[in-house]
Amino acid sequence: MPKFLIESLLRRPVTEKAPVPDEAALAELGRRLDALAHRRLGRSLAIREVDAGSCNGCELEIHALNNAYYDLERFGLRFVASPRHADVLMITGPVTANMREALERTHAATPDPKWVVAVGDCAFDGGLFAGSYAVVGGVDAVIPVDLHIKGCPPSPRALLEGLVALVEKSA
Amino acid sequence: MSLRAALFDAALEVFDQKPWPRIRVDEETWIRAIFGLHAGDVILTALWGEPGHVHMGLIEEETGEVLVLSLACPDGRFPSVGVTHAPALRLERTLREMVGLVPDGCPDDRPWLDHSRWGLRHPLGAAEPAPAEGAPYAFLSAEGPPMHQIPVGPVHAGIIEPGHFRFTANGETVIRLEERLGWVHKGIEGLMIGADLDRAAALAARVSGDSTVAWSLAFARAVEAAVGIAVPKRAHWLRALMAEMERVANHLGDVGAVCNDAAFSQMLNRCGQLRERVLRAADVAFGHRLMMDRVVPGGTGVDLVDPRPIAETATAVREGFRPLIHLYDNTVSLLDRTVTTGRLDPALARRWGAGGHVGRACGRRFDSRRLPGYPPYDVLRFDVPVRETGDVDARVWVRILEIGESLKLIEQILAGLPAGPHRVEVDAAGAAGREGVAMTEAFRGDSFIWLRLDAEGRIARAHFRDASVFQWPLLEAAIAHNIVADFPLLNKSFNCSYSGHDL
Ligand code: SF4
Repeated sequence: MPKFLIESLLRRPVTEKAPVPDEAALAELGRRLDALAHRRLGRSLAIREVDAGSCNGCELEIHALNNAYYDLERFGLRFVASPRHADVLMITGPVTANMREALERTHAATPDPKWVVAVGDCAFDGGLFAGSYAVVGGVDAVIPVDLHIKGCPPSPRALLEGLVALVEKSA
Repeated sequence: MSLRAALFDAALEVFDQKPWPRIRVDEETWIRAIFGLHAGDVILTALWGEPGHVHMGLIEEETGEVLVLSLACPDGRFPSVGVTHAPALRLERTLREMVGLVPDGCPDDRPWLDHSRWGLRHPLGAAEPAPAEGAPYAFLSAEGPPMHQIPVGPVHAGIIEPGHFRFTANGETVIRLEERLGWVHKGIEGLMIGADLDRAAALAARVSGDSTVAWSLAFARAVEAAVGIAVPKRAHWLRALMAEMERVANHLGDVGAVCNDAAFSQMLNRCGQLRERVLRAADVAFGHRLMMDRVVPGGTGVDLVDPRPIAETATAVREGFRPLIHLYDNTVSLLDRTVTTGRLDPALARRWGAGGHVGRACGRRFDSRRLPGYPPYDVLRFDVPVRETGDVDARVWVRILEIGESLKLIEQILAGLPAGPHRVEVDAAGAAGREGVAMTEAFRGDSFIWLRLDAEGRIARAHFRDASVFQWPLLEAAIAHNIVADFPLLNKSFNCSYSGHDL
């Protein structure tokens, strides 16, 4: 086996310290997370990511959450392949007219209790694309949103702060 | 005389477009160009329109010379390019639904980006209201008794952009893949109309987030060409620095992702760490991890104060990547998945003018940094790596080698970065009617843009053509007769943009 593979077993992890949960996110979440959901879900949340029209910039940073520096899974958060397995829908992009139905159907396919996290300035209010004939608007123009994480795109750190707040509130 | 020169000689009118001319031609010359495309004398680089006119961008591969032909369509029709030259088919479908011009003889009259959801038709032409409840789509068929269909998307299993793939398979073997795209169509070209330069630059930066530097650069160069201003030397070098960092970051992500789809997660993990270092260096140096909005008309939005974080990162990436190359090249179980998988016929790559790793993995040497070329690449040393086999392995190798070349470029740029200003003012007022075109090399291939300015110095019209436009159809060709389970690998090895395609 190559030497560096063995080294990686011995080396200290590159993973960085956990961020503190974002205050604003905690406040926004406080409105909806109830005790029942806390009991049902514990500290583990499954996330289904849906690109509803993004430029792909937000996806790149969401991807980065899985790299060794941020290591999302240590917070009990993981990405799943199907909305059927998800507790959280993480939506990016302005919702395009062409994606609207797919988003609604994905939301309907996600079992309750569920949360919707809108990621990026586009998902907040359509961003730069608001007003286009092909864009419906932000995510909450189509489905109710529990948490907005703003930025263009939000950095992995900002995403983590928001998500950690979600785990705190749902635990 | 070359075809391009002959076409130019037949011009009825020459428009004020820089740096390459746009000419008005008659129908006979238009058809002559179509035959030239068919014969391979020139490559189709874009086909778009506006009310009353259709435009065809051609590039002569040997010289990198670009020419744009325009044909007036007073009755709303023009002779189809796609009927003779298949790479134009989807472009003509787009033209028809966006502008309302009808390609006479085009064998495919299905809509493409228009899913009947907008509440209007012909958004870039004479827009009129239309129903918005969606419409069924007629997928192409494949015949034979044991076939079954596998519909995938638009919402995919991973963290990726939406698109629909319709596989027709015989057991495990894919007989036909048909893509249906347009899901992330945001109407960018519509939003560009009347946008001031700042807003237009921000939109261009968001055509495809992974190629934000390349697209901002294309936009900036087209504006600068139209207005006729020269940017400072330092700006050219800083732009190239950002573009090469973007290329390294994306290629690292792709190499890791391809290997991960062959269940070799160690590569994803390691490449992901290196990628993260590049993004952090970008953040420190330019104030944004993806360097979004950092290239602007007139130069760059920020100057580079301290080059050390980038230099250190380049060294770290080179050193960290070396054992990964060795690992890729010596893991037989991994190579078993990539070698001979998803072979693309080089003749198709050439015909479609495939750029980037898709073309270069099939021996097509085209790289817009070389030809047509733009500064500072004329004074920097770099190779354009090429492979011949056209399979997943070849596309991985082109990326691996390009990472090395980009690191060399980054080091040369840091060593030779000229002093001076990084930006000049751009005053587009008074440039009414002037047009600019540009081609820049994104990590996935050439990005082409055309734009026209109005009397207030705003954008009158713009057209974007991402490299993916000509790569998506080739993915359909490359998957044929491979097994369904190899599709993710093959798809990642292309990594076409959805947003850049759908606009
Ligand atoms: S918020 Fe920014 S990065 Fe995210 S999808 Fe919108 S434009 Fe792209």
